[in-house]
Amino acid sequence: MARYDGRVKIGVVQFPGSNDERDAVWAIERLGGSAELLWHGDRDLRGADAVILPGGFSYGDYLRCGAIARFAPVMAEVEEFARSGGPVLGICNGFQVLCEAGLLPGALARNGGLKFICRPQPIRVENPSTVFTRRTARGRVLTIPIKHGEGRYITDRATLATMEARGQVVFRYCTPSGEVSAAGNPNGSLDGIAGVCNEAGNVLGMMPHPEHAVDPAVGAGSADGALVLGSLIESLAGARA
Amino acid sequence: MTASLDLAESLGLTADEHERIVATLGREPTKAEIAMYAAMWSEHCSYKSSKIYLKTLPTEGPRVVMGPGENAGVVDIGDGLVAVFKIESHNHPSLVEPVQGAATGVGGIVRDIVSTGARPIAILDPLRFGALDEWRNRWLLGGVVAGISQYGNSIGIPTVGGEVQFDPCYRGNPLVNVLCLGIGRADRVIRARAERVGAVALLFGNKTGRDGIGGVSVLASRPFDSEAEAKRPSVQVGDPFAEKIAIEACLELAERGLLIGLQDLGGAGLCCATSETASRAALGMEVDLDQVPLREDDMEPFEILTSESQERMLAIVAPEDVAEAVAVCARWGVTAVAVGKVTEGDLVVNRRGEVVARAPARSLADEGPTYHRPARRPEWLDELRARDPLALPAPDDLGAALLDLLASPNICSKRWVFEQYDSLVQHGTLAGPGGDAAVLRVPGTGRALALSTDGNARYCLLDPRLGAAHAVAEAARNVACSGARPVSVTNCLNFGNPEDPGVMWQFAEAVAGMGEACRALATPVTGGNVSFYNQTEGENIHPTPVIGMLGVIEDASRALGIAWGAGRAVALLGETRAELGGSEWAWATHGFAGGAPPSLDLEAESRLVDLLASLAERELIESAHDCSQGGLGVTLAECAIASGIGAILDPATDLAPHAWLFSESATRAVVTCAPERLDDVLRTARAAGVPAAALGETGGAALEIRGVLRIETAALARAFEGALPAMLGA
Repeated sequence: MARYDGRVKIGVVQFPGSNDERDAVWAIERLGGSAELLWHGDRDLRGADAVILPGGFSYGDYLRCGAIARFAPVMAEVEEFARSGGPVLGICNGFQVLCEAGLLPGALARNGGLKFICRPQPIRVENPSTVFTRRTARGRVLTIPIKHGEGRYITDRATLATMEARGQVVFRYCTPSGEVSAAGNPNGSLDGIAGVCNEAGNVLGMMPHPEHAVDPAVGAGSADGALVLGSLIESLAGARA
Repeated sequence: MTASLDLAESLGLTADEHERIVATLGREPTKAEIAMYAAMWSEHCSYKSSKIYLKTLPTEGPRVVMGPGENAGVVDIGDGLVAVFKIESHNHPSLVEPVQGAATGVGGIVRDIVSTGARPIAILDPLRFGALDEWRNRWLLGGVVAGISQYGNSIGIPTVGGEVQFDPCYRGNPLVNVLCLGIGRADRVIRARAERVGAVALLFGNKTGRDGIGGVSVLASRPFDSEAEAKRPSVQVGDPFAEKIAIEACLELAERGLLIGLQDLGGAGLCCATSETASRAALGMEVDLDQVPLREDDMEPFEILTSESQERMLAIVAPEDVAEAVAVCARWGVTAVAVGKVTEGDLVVNRRGEVVARAPARSLADEGPTYHRPARRPEWLDELRARDPLALPAPDDLGAALLDLLASPNICSKRWVFEQYDSLVQHGTLAGPGGDAAVLRVPGTGRALALSTDGNARYCLLDPRLGAAHAVAEAARNVACSGARPVSVTNCLNFGNPEDPGVMWQFAEAVAGMGEACRALATPVTGGNVSFYNQTEGENIHPTPVIGMLGVIEDASRALGIAWGAGRAVALLGETRAELGGSEWAWATHGFAGGAPPSLDLEAESRLVDLLASLAERELIESAHDCSQGGLGVTLAECAIASGIGAILDPATDLAPHAWLFSESATRAVVTCAPERLDDVLRTARAAGVPAAALGETGGAALEIRGVLRIETAALARAFEGALPAMLGA
């Protein structure tokens, strides 16, 4: 267990089949936070100020993605934490788990092109006032990689209208110049949706991987993910001060 | 004919081999024993046709910790860490069932790396298919890529490179080679040995079923015919989730120091894992098949012993550590059971209270037959070699010729393939697919590792000795272009039917050429894999040795890519000769595969490789890209495409323009530097004995070679990126 040293502390859940949990820990630490892994079988968040559900293929995702992970013992704690206003970020598989757990509306279906896609992806900030986006601005284009086979966001029109009205659509896929269009939509998501939050704004799910865009030397060559994770760390530090 | 011999022959053993078994045992073998010998003495497991040649390869060097004969090669990379790497083929399974064949190819090599206690950090996939105008080859490509994608992505290891090449010779026999790289602690390298009498053999991972029985003998060690589909039950089915949790369990077992030995169950299954671990320690093992968790209760002993069900590991654990080891596995959701005990006697296998097999472990694992098969240079080679590539008509429009070449199957961008792979997980990918070498950060250090896989089968067809040397040289050059110093080699030797003297000659020549190049470049061979019988309907593939080269970059911040900046000076290192034999231009434009491959001076190659690494270390150059398939024209175009920045260059050559542009002369690279450093770069190169010339300067929106061609970079990119999706109708 990481020693508590006054830094904000973020718990990253490790399900069997999680792949990006160490990447999330690494990214948080690089940005000045402290992070530790939370075991799926423990009903204990170990005093975390925020929780990340990481990418991967929890339990192999042989059923619908995230459908088994939502029943993991730790998820009961995560749900309670989320309902009491604690910040929860689901990335990729974590987004799928949050939808399956009913903490976020909608679902994630197989990509329109039926193939896994791994590439740097421009996304546009639609709501900069969440704890995850306060360091960004409305309309700002971030380049953050996607890597998923089932990331096509779907929901019904009525729900979408409510979400729009409440500012729950946080990110949309776009072209490099910021245009939300078929050309900028990699997986056929409804209205180009790449990330959504709950009504209270404390639970965010996103398919792009901010933890893979904090060091421009690796991977996508972008550090825009630091704006998302940095917003969270800054918000937590501010809340504590 | 006895029933015993009958069974032996149906499993691929010869009458002589059967006789040898009888002599070893002093009696007729049981059914289970025949199956065990058939599997262990198969070409795939025993290397019986290749080992006399493989013995000639250089395998030692200052960095080599563990060489051939173990699960994978282990190389010292400093800071108390080792790099573990190996390449393997899964060719025949992928022809029969491309998705599962490729997926289980990934699973198998990853377990080899994990067996040493190292965490896998990268996968590379060299692939070969028949021409894409046939639907079946498009289907195979799609299936193989989907299999690698599904399996590799699910287990959280980035797929960072490889190659995809097409040639009609792979029509009935695609090649699926998979290389895996891991990082481990030097003081904790686990060996595949049952070192201690009384130690417990712990089997963990998936249950054992009837899949993959006969994989090594029926699938991997025989040529193919039209009945290939009927062999589908011999292909294993992958379960990446089981692999993922088995990997994590293995790494925790290693971390806690609970392992005496560890080996994965791959070809020949439990029979191979028990006999090899025991034989390496010169011991025996008592195995109880009743303890093996089975998918079907009524499996026969020979089925349990030779099943190739995936995602299984065999750990050798001290008796006092068994409870803790089982608990570690249980925490990861992995079932572990004690199935045997290390002894001083034979390998003894029990089932339902009866001994079903008893044989010296070494007779299975190490004392298989060795063949000196006849080898003879094929007569058809003279005619191929006599063809003159310089007699081919020169193109009227060199710009159009370059665009055509960029859009040709072997040169064009493989983005359609590599975007289906997760190349980012583990946050260490400094250079992913699409460049010269993949570059990965070594976690917790300032170092990086570079890896490249290379092999030009057309060169090897025309001259297997020279072609194999080229594969080593090109791989070293690629690694050096990323700023690394090449340190060692793993190889995957894909050849036709070894019972054909022409194929055996190709093999002997290729191994000789590989050995010469590895010696000259001081890159010992740490392991690899031989895949024979790549023959379908009597057609052998071209000899296709694939080299995986590992390099070390001491300071990761000095790693180089192929993209150049604007306003930089461009220099060509090395000498361009009119060498179009075996070239991609001749093949793509004229369907011509003939002449002699480019010449290769290994000493000169060694000088270039050293020069590239030291120019990178001294931060004199900012980008580097080697010249190989498609020649200088393709190299320059790729630099321009990668950066979106053009250049204005002067050819300054006496060669015919198309020969200058498309010659595949070896030992060359294009580098860029700040203009004020150009003189220093050229001087340093000449002092190192490497010819060097300024070519011009980067900038603008077009690649212009004065008097030869001028093409907008956007048009180069369209040709390069658009070709594969168009060929696949995607």
